[in-house]
Amino acid sequence: MTPPILTVRDLVVTFGTREGVLTAVNGVSFDLYLGEVLGLVGESGSGKSVTGLAILGLIDPPGQIARGSITLDGAELIGKPEEELRALRGKRLAMIFQDPMTTLNPVLRIDTQMIEAIQAHERVSGKAARERARQALARVGIPSPEERLDAYPHQFSGGMRQRVAIAIALLHRPAVLVADEPTTALDVTIQAQILAEVQSLAAETGTAMLWITHDLSVIAGFADRIAVMYAGRIVETGSVVDVLETPIHPYTAGLIGSVPSRNKRGVPLAQIPGMTPSLAKLPPGCPFSPRCPRATVTCRTTMPAETPFAGARMARCHHPLTGEPLAA
Amino acid sequence: MLVYLIRRLGQSLLVIAVMATLVFVAMFAVGDPVDILASPDADQRERDAIAKRLGLDRPLWEQFGLFVWRALHGDLGRSFVYNVPAVDVILQRLPATLELALTGLVFSIAIGIPLGVLAGLKPYSRLGRGIMSGSILGFSLPNFWIGLMLILLFAVELRLLPAGGRGPVVSVLGIPTAAFSLEGLKHLILPALTLALYKSALVIRIAQAGTREVMLQDYIRFARAKGLSRQRIIFVHVLKNIMIPVVTVLGLELGSMIAFAVVTETVFAYPGMGKLLIDSINRLDRPVIVAYLMMTVVIFVIINLIVDLLYAAIDPRVRLAEAKG
Repeated sequence: MTPPILTVRDLVVTFGTREGVLTAVNGVSFDLYLGEVLGLVGESGSGKSVTGLAILGLIDPPGQIARGSITLDGAELIGKPEEELRALRGKRLAMIFQDPMTTLNPVLRIDTQMIEAIQAHERVSGKAARERARQALARVGIPSPEERLDAYPHQFSGGMRQRVAIAIALLHRPAVLVADEPTTALDVTIQAQILAEVQSLAAETGTAMLWITHDLSVIAGFADRIAVMYAGRIVETGSVVDVLETPIHPYTAGLIGSVPSRNKRGVPLAQIPGMTPSLAKLPPGCPFSPRCPRATVTCRTTMPAETPFAGARMARCHHPLTGEPLAA
Repeated sequence: MLVYLIRRLGQSLLVIAVMATLVFVAMFAVGDPVDILASPDADQRERDAIAKRLGLDRPLWEQFGLFVWRALHGDLGRSFVYNVPAVDVILQRLPATLELALTGLVFSIAIGIPLGVLAGLKPYSRLGRGIMSGSILGFSLPNFWIGLMLILLFAVELRLLPAGGRGPVVSVLGIPTAAFSLEGLKHLILPALTLALYKSALVIRIAQAGTREVMLQDYIRFARAKGLSRQRIIFVHVLKNIMIPVVTVLGLELGSMIAFAVVTETVFAYPGMGKLLIDSINRLDRPVIVAYLMMTVVIFVIINLIVDLLYAAIDPRVRLAEAKG
C-alpha cells in the first residue's frame, strides 16, 4: 500500500483564554491517502475546523499547536519556517472556507485575486496567469469567464463565489484540499452541483480531500472514509458504509439518528440529549458520557483509549454498539 | 435621488443664510472699526465722516440688508484696511494656505497610515500600545504648543529649519507657490507638521481599528491559504480595505485644515488665510472677517454636500432610507 500523503499524529491545539488554556484539538491522529476523501464530522466546537487550519499552519495566537506531528509527503510541517509553509500553502496544501460571501476580498477584482494566487508560487507573466485564471473559472462552470474576471465579488451569487474560491484553491493542483464546510451556506441544489464538481475536479488532479462538515448527508455519498470528532477527539473512524450502517460509538449513532429521512416520517426526530460540553469544563472520563445512554461509572471516570475494530475501524468507547474490539 | 438632492440643497442654503446672519451680527459685538481707523486725535466730525464713508452710520438692519443684497451679487464688501475687495484679499492668501493644508494632509497620511497599520497588526505588543498612547497625545496637545516646541527644537536649538514665514514664491503654471524650491519646502515643514499632528492621530486610530477588523476577515485567512506573502496581504488586501474610511475622514478634515489653520499660521507667522483672519480681527476689518467666514461656510457646505451625495451614490441603503423618508 502507498504511504499516506498526509499524516496527522497526536495533534494537540490549545488556546490561551481568560478561562485558562483550552484544548480545542486533543490528540487527533489520522491518515489521508492520495485521491481519497476523508469526511471529518462533528458538531460546532468539536475542533474540526481548528484541525483543518492546523494542517495549513494557520493557527493564530492565542492558539498554538502544543504537540503532535503533521507530515506532508513524509516531511514534517510543524515547526517549519513560515516562508517554507507559505510556499506550500496554495501550492501543495489548499483550503476553502464555509462562507463564500466573505472569503473573497470585496475591494479586489476576481482577476487580481486569481493572478496573485498563481504568481505567489510561479514566475509567470500577468498575461499568462490571467489566461490560466480564465481557464480555471471555466473549469468550475462559470459562464463567460473572460468578462467575469473583471468583476468584483459582490457581483457574484454565493454559489458562484464558492466556485471561484474552489477554482483558486485548485489552481496549482494541490496534493491536499481542506474543505471547511464549503457547502453549508449554500442552497441544497447548488450544494449538490458543487459537490459533484469538486469531486470530479479532485479526481482529475488526484487531490486528496479532508471534507469538514456537520452534515452527515453531505458526505454519505461523497467521502471514502469518515472520522467523527467530539470535544477535540476523534471518537470513531472507518469507511463511510461501515460507520453509517453499523456505528460503533453511541455518539455516531446519535448523529445518524438525528438526520431526517423519508423512512422516519411521522416519528419525532431523535435528538442527542444535552449540549456539547464547554472545553473549559470537560468531564474527567469520556466527554460524551453525560449525554450517553450507555454510560456507566467507568465512562465517567476513565477516558476510553483508541481501540481498533475489525475492518480497519477505530473507536473510543467502553461500550461499543457493535463488534468486538480487536486485541491490541 | 432628485428629491434628495433638492432637499439637501435647501438645507445647505439655510445653513448659509443662518451663518450669514450670525456672522454679521456678531461683528458688531467685536468693536467699532472707527476706533482703529481714525487717528487717536481725530475729532467727532472726522470720526463721523469715516463712519459715513464706510456706511457704518446707518441702522443695523439697513447695513445687513445692503450686505445681503451685495453678497447675492457676489460682492462681500471692500476691506477697510486695504481698500480693495475683501474677497481679493482672501483669495490672494488662498494659495499659501492650500499649500500648507495639502502638505499637512500628505504628512498626516505618511505618518498616520504606517503607524496605524503597524499598531493594528500587533495591537497587544508594546509597539502597538505605544503608538496608540502616542496618538492620544496627538489628539490632546494644543496646536500652538506643539508649534512652539517644534520651533524651539528645530529652529532655535538645532538651527535646521526656519522658525517662520514662507519661502520665496515663484509662479508655477500660473499659481504662485513656494513648494517647489528647497527654501520653500524648509519653510513648509514645521507648520505642516504642526497642522498634521492632530490629523495623524486621527488617521492612526482609524487605520488601527480598520486593520484589526480586516485582519480577522475570512478573506485574509483565504489569502493566507493561497500562499500569499505577508507583504502582499498587508499592502494590497488590508491597505485597500482600510483606505475607504481613511479617505472619507480625510476628505472632511481637508476642509477644516484649510479653514482653521489660524493658530498654526499665527504661530509660524505664515502668510496664509488664517493669519489674515487674525490680523483682520485685530484691525476690526469687518468685511474681510465676514467674507472669510462666509467663504469658510460655503467651502464646508460644499464639501459636506459632495460627501453626502457620494454616499447616496455608493451606498444603496442611503438611497432607500431617503426614498421612504
